Amino acid sequence: MSSIHVDIVSAEREIFSGDAAMVFAPAVLGEVGIAPGHAAMLTRMGPGEVRVQLPSGEQQAFYVSGGMLEVQPKVVTVLSDTAIRAHDLDEAAVLKAKQEAEDTLKDRSGKLDIAKAQAEIAELAAQLQTIQRLRRRAGG
Amino acid sequence: MAVGKEIRVKIASVQNTQKITRAMEMVATSKMRKAQERMRATRPYAEKMRNVIAHVAESNSEYRHPFLVSRPVRRVGVIVVSTDRGLCGGLNSNLFRQLIQQIKRWQGEQVEFEFCTVGRKAAQFFQRIGGKVTGQVSKLGDQPHIEQLIGAVKIMLDAYIDKSIDEIYVASNDFVNSMTQKPTLEQLVPLKAQDSSSLPAHWDYIYEPEAKEVMDHLLTRYIESLVYQRVVENIACEQAARMVAMKSASDNAGKLIKELQLIYNKARQAAITQELAEIVGGASAV
Repeated sequence: MSSIHVDIVSAEREIFSGDAAMVFAPAVLGEVGIAPGHAAMLTRMGPGEVRVQLPSGEQQAFYVSGGMLEVQPKVVTVLSDTAIRAHDLDEAAVLKAKQEAEDTLKDRSGKLDIAKAQAEIAELAAQLQTIQRLRRRAGG
Repeated sequence: MAVGKEIRVKIASVQNTQKITRAMEMVATSKMRKAQERMRATRPYAEKMRNVIAHVAESNSEYRHPFLVSRPVRRVGVIVVSTDRGLCGGLNSNLFRQLIQQIKRWQGEQVEFEFCTVGRKAAQFFQRIGGKVTGQVSKLGDQPHIEQLIGAVKIMLDAYIDKSIDEIYVASNDFVNSMTQKPTLEQLVPLKAQDSSSLPAHWDYIYEPEAKEVMDHLLTRYIESLVYQRVVENIACEQAARMVAMKSASDNAGKLIKELQLIYNKARQAAITQELAEIVGGASAV
């Protein structure tokens, strides 16, 4: 029986790698079943289940929250997202990052003083240490 | 005997510090190992994606995605990856020093710049020296997730698509080995042309829905994963640098304790001698 090599990877780790008799994946235009020798295809996936039918007949299922599916006659690659991605969620992430930058900017005066004070303390501590060392050398 | 109480207190305090630095060293060692594993785990995704992108770019020569086309540079964006916490040697300051040199070069070429910071140290750095910071992400922890970075990366990519910036760089540390970390500045967008000449494209994919949309999606993910890789690598660097810094701190504390012990012993001896001299002096006077 012919088989097809399947790699399921996410940006954070490799999830599955091995041979399969058949793969099912939730493509955006509907679920696709991929048998060995399938034509080369590249598609986006929606959230759903990727099912891998092993040559032994056993089935393994992996949940993906979206991603890309690349099919070549002998290899299937599932590039899975680790999180649910949607346009407005991405926008929210952008806003959050911007907000944080602005907050830091607003705090500038307040926090700057602390940073400055810390720097001064560090400098004074270093001076003090040197003085102590000199004194010790002079005394001993 | 009241001799050298201050010295004894000082020795005890240095010993306590040494305990802490030693514990931090051990924690950093184990965290570094985990971070290195995580670094390795991110590689297959980016590799697979690179192959697919190279192929798509090859077989779709009529459509050039903006991320693959370079244009005259008037303004650049830099994603600066730093650590959240300090006590990791010169890791961050080396990175910033290199960045400042690059900034000076850009200033010389009349190129404007803006930044997006990852990690608290970079945010503090730009707070101090000024500079336009458009986005900021911090408190990533030891196990960052890619969704924490989406915002920062998207700000830059959006600015690139709007043509308000013409190049995107990422500044971070390269993990050479556990003793050496190298600050690097890598160009992210436009993506450098890949040498895809090795794979002749006689075939093409069936695209669902459309080549352009698929390409958009793919490139965004790819860039995100590259930034994620840099962040994970930087964490490995942070732990390695901390390990080394804490090791030398423990060693220094050891030296300091030895020195103090010597001074303490001398003082004690001197006190005893003096006491004896007094007794003898007193006895002979009687």
